Amino acid sequence: MIVMVGLPARGKTYISKKLTRYLNWIGVPTQVFNLGQYRREAVKSYKNYEFFRPDNEEAMNIRRACALNALKDIANYFAKEQGQVAVFDATNTTRERRGVIISFAKEKGYKVFFIESICDDPEIIEANIMEVKVSSPDYENCDKEEALEDFLKRIECYKTTYVSLDDESDRHLSYIKIFNVGSRYLVNRVQDHIQSRIVYYLMNIHVTPRSIYLSRHGESELNLLGRIGGDSGLSSQGKKYASTLSEFIRDQAIKDLKVWTSHMKRTIQTAEALGVAYEQWKALNEIDAGVCEEMTYEEIQENYPEEFAMRDQDKYRYRYPKGESYEDLVHRLEPVIMELERQENVLVICHQAVMRCLLAYFLDKSADELPYLKCPLHTVLRLTPVAYGCKIEPFYLNIKAVNTHREKPVVSQRTFNSIADHQFQQLISMVYLFSRMWM
Amino acid sequence: MSGMDDDIEPCGPTPSRELTQNPLKKIWMPCKNGLPERHIFQRKVCMTNCPTLIVTVGLPARGKTYISKKLTRYLNWIGVPTKEFNVGQYRRECVKIYKSFEFFRPDNEEGLKIRKQCASAALNDVRQYLTEEGGQVAVFDATNTTRERRETINRFAEQNGFKVFFVESVCEDPDVIAENIVQVKLGSPDYTHCNTEQAVEDFMKRIKCYENSYQPLDEVLDRELSFIKIIDVGRRYLVNQVQDHIQSRIVYYLMNIHITPRSIYLCRHGESELNVRGRIGGDSGLTARGKEFARCLGQFMHKQGISDLKVWTSQMKRTIQTAEALGVPYEQWKALNEIDAGVCEELMYEEIQQRYPLEFALRDQDKYRYRYPKGESYEDLVQRLEPVIMELERQENVLVICHQAVMRCLLAYFLDKTAEELPYLKCPLHSVLKLTPVAYGCKVERISLKVEAVNTHRERPENVNVHRTAEDALQTVPAHL
Repeated sequence: MIVMVGLPARGKTYISKKLTRYLNWIGVPTQVFNLGQYRREAVKSYKNYEFFRPDNEEAMNIRRACALNALKDIANYFAKEQGQVAVFDATNTTRERRGVIISFAKEKGYKVFFIESICDDPEIIEANIMEVKVSSPDYENCDKEEALEDFLKRIECYKTTYVSLDDESDRHLSYIKIFNVGSRYLVNRVQDHIQSRIVYYLMNIHVTPRSIYLSRHGESELNLLGRIGGDSGLSSQGKKYASTLSEFIRDQAIKDLKVWTSHMKRTIQTAEALGVAYEQWKALNEIDAGVCEEMTYEEIQENYPEEFAMRDQDKYRYRYPKGESYEDLVHRLEPVIMELERQENVLVICHQAVMRCLLAYFLDKSADELPYLKCPLHTVLRLTPVAYGCKIEPFYLNIKAVNTHREKPVVSQRTFNSIADHQFQQLISMVYLFSRMWM
Repeated sequence: MSGMDDDIEPCGPTPSRELTQNPLKKIWMPCKNGLPERHIFQRKVCMTNCPTLIVTVGLPARGKTYISKKLTRYLNWIGVPTKEFNVGQYRRECVKIYKSFEFFRPDNEEGLKIRKQCASAALNDVRQYLTEEGGQVAVFDATNTTRERRETINRFAEQNGFKVFFVESVCEDPDVIAENIVQVKLGSPDYTHCNTEQAVEDFMKRIKCYENSYQPLDEVLDRELSFIKIIDVGRRYLVNQVQDHIQSRIVYYLMNIHITPRSIYLCRHGESELNVRGRIGGDSGLTARGKEFARCLGQFMHKQGISDLKVWTSQMKRTIQTAEALGVPYEQWKALNEIDAGVCEELMYEEIQQRYPLEFALRDQDKYRYRYPKGESYEDLVQRLEPVIMELERQENVLVICHQAVMRCLLAYFLDKTAEELPYLKCPLHSVLKLTPVAYGCKVERISLKVEAVNTHRERPENVNVHRTAEDALQTVPAHL
C-alpha cells in the first residue's frame, strides 16, 4: 500500500496517478483509490470549504466512513482482483489517520510506504489550484476567483491538525518526503525492490513544462516490400520525410531539443537530415522478430502458421522464436522512459513497436491495447503534460508512405481449434513466468 | 556503400551525410569520403560534458572509503571512467611513519599543514585525471568535515568547470563503528606495529580529534549544494539538488547497497549438447554430465546450509534444467541470457573462421567492444546486466546460474576487472565461484564440483590480423567432438 500524505494542492493526486501509470506499464498491477471521489459520492453536492472545518462533526463522520470504504475496496483489490499495489490518495495529515491505516495494513499483511509532499512555495500552490482544482466537480458552479478563494480556506482547515511524518517518532515507518517539487528528498527505511524502484522514479520526475515528440523513421526499403524488421535504409519517400521533419522541427523552435535515435540505419538516416547532434540508443531498436526477421506477413503465415496465430491471440506477450515480445520491449525501454522523465524537450525517432510501447506509457494504455496503437509512418506525435495527463497532438507531415499497421484479425473458430492445446498452455505459463520477473 | 540515390530532388538546406557501419561495433555513423566523422554520440552513461567530482564527507570509520571504492568499481563497470583519490594515501606517502593520533589533533599546526598539502596534491591529481587523462568522475575520499574545507573544494571545482556531488556518511551506532575499525583499520599500514587493543584505542582518539570541528551538511545552510546524506548505513537518506543523470544513477546505486554479510554464488549451466560439439549459443539441453553437475550442485548448495537462498537463472533451457535439479523455487531473468551471437549462433569456431574470417579477426582485436552481426557485444551485455547487478546488491544470499559471457561480466563487476580483461576471465563449466564481500573487496572461492566437462575457453590468439591464416585464427580453439 502506498499512502500519500500532504496538504491539499501539494501534488498528491498528480504523483498518485503518474506513479500508478508507471507501475502498470512496467507490469505491476496498481490502482489509485482517491478519497475525494468517495467523498463526492457520499455528499452529492459540494457547498463550500466549511465541510472541511475540523469542528464540523457531521462532515468528520462522513469523511471517516469514506476512508473506511476506501480501505475495504483496497482489501478487495488485493484479495480478489490480483492487485499488487494500491495507492491511497488522501491528505492523511494526522497521526491518528495514519495509525488507522497502519493497523489495517498490519492486520491484512500489507507493506506500507508513505509518500509525503511538502511545499511552502505559494506560487506553486496557486498554479496547482488553477490547473486542477478550479475545474474539479466541486467547483462546477463557481468562477475561478471564487474557487481559488474557497480552496485556500479549505487548505487552512487542514493546517491546524497537520502533523508531518517525523524523523524521530516515525522512524520505523517506510517513507519518502518530497520537498518543494523535488529539490530535496528524505528517504526512510526502504524495505524492498518495488519501494526502491518507486523512490528512484519519484526522484527522476519533474514538473517543468516541456514536450516530447515521438516519430518513426522515414519509410524504409523493407517497409516498401512489406517486410518486417531488418536494418534497411530510407526509401526516397523516407528521405523526403526526413527533410520535411527537419523543417517541421525548425518551425517548432524548440528550446534545447535533444534528439534520440536507435542503432538502426533508418532512424539514424532520418536524424541526419535534421543537421543537429543526436544520441543513439540500442534500447530503442525495433522489436527483434527472431526467425521472422525480414519476412512478409504472408511468408510468416506460410512458414510458421501456428506462431502467427498465437501472436494474434496475445500480441503483447507473444515472443517471436529467438526474438522478443512487446513485454520484453517494455522491459528494455524502461531506462529510456526514466531518462525521458529526467529530460525536458526531446524528439525520439524510433520504430513502430517501440513507439507503441512509449505511447502506451504516456497515454496509460493497457497491455491489450498497446500492440494495436496506431503509429503510422511520417507522423509526429507531440505529447505535452497537462493537468493529470498528457495532451497529444498528431502532425501528419504530408509525405505519402505505406501503411504498416496490422489490425487484430477476427480469429476463425477453425484456426483456433487447429492449435494444439498444449501449445496454448505453454503460452499461459509464459505469462505467469514473466509476471514473476518483476518481484 | 549506403548513401543517397542520385535521382532524389534536393530538399532541405543540408544534404544528409552518408552513413557507414563501423565494422567492429556495428554502429552506423556519418562519414565523408569513406572515413567516419566523429560527430555523433552513441548513448553513453555520462552525458554531461563536464566531469563530476564526488566528495565524501564524514568522521573516520564511517564507511567513506568503502563507499568510494564500491562506487568507483560500479561506475567503471558501467563504462564511466572513474578514479578514487584517497587523501589518507597521500598522507602516508608524505609522513612515512605514523606515530599516533596526536598527528590529527586540531592544535597540531605541523600536522594541519601537512594534511592541507596532501589535500591540495590530491586535488591537483584530480584535475589532471579529469582534464587530461579522460576521466569523467573523480572520487575525492577524505573526511572533509569542515565547511571551510568543502568551500575550498567547491571553489576548485568551479574554477575547473567540474560539477560537485557530496556523499556524507553519518553513523552513531557504536557496533557498526567498532566493526569497521576491526575490518579495515587494524590492517591499515598505520597500525602494522601495534596490537589490536592499542590500535583500537588510538583510532578512537583519532576520531575524537575530528568530532569537535565536524560540521555536517545542513539542509538549510547547504541547500544550494548537491548531496546525499547516508544515515546509519542506509536506514535513511537525505538527497538534495540532484543535478543530472549520473548523479541520479549514483544516488540510486548508493540507496541499494548494504553491508549485511552474505555470499553470492556464480556458476554456469551444466555442460550442454552444443557445448560438447564446440558450438556457441543456441538453446540446447544438458548432456548426461551436465545433469550430473546439476545434481552435485544441488547437494553442494544444500550442504552450504543457507537460509533464504534465492536462485536465479536465464530463460534458456540449459540454466533452467540445472536449477530444476536443485528442487527449490527459482526466478528466470531474460537479462541473464547468453550473449547473442547473431549470425554466428550455433556455429563452431571453425565455421565462423570459414564463413566470416573478417568478423572473427575483428573479434580477437577487441573482444569487449566487438558486436556480432545482428547480435551483441560484451559492452551491450554489461548494459543489459546492470539491473541484475543492482538487484544483486539489494539481495543477500543468491545463486546465479548463467552462461560464460554473462558470468564473465558479473565477475568483472565483483572483482573490478577492466574491459580488456573481462572477455578472457576463466569461467569453466562445472565450477562454482563463491563471492563474499570482505573489507574493501571480495573474497573469491572457486569450488570445482568434480564432474568432467568440455573446455569452452578460447584464449586470444597471437595473430589477430585480418589477413591471418585459418590455422593462426584457430590456434586457441578448445577441443570438442
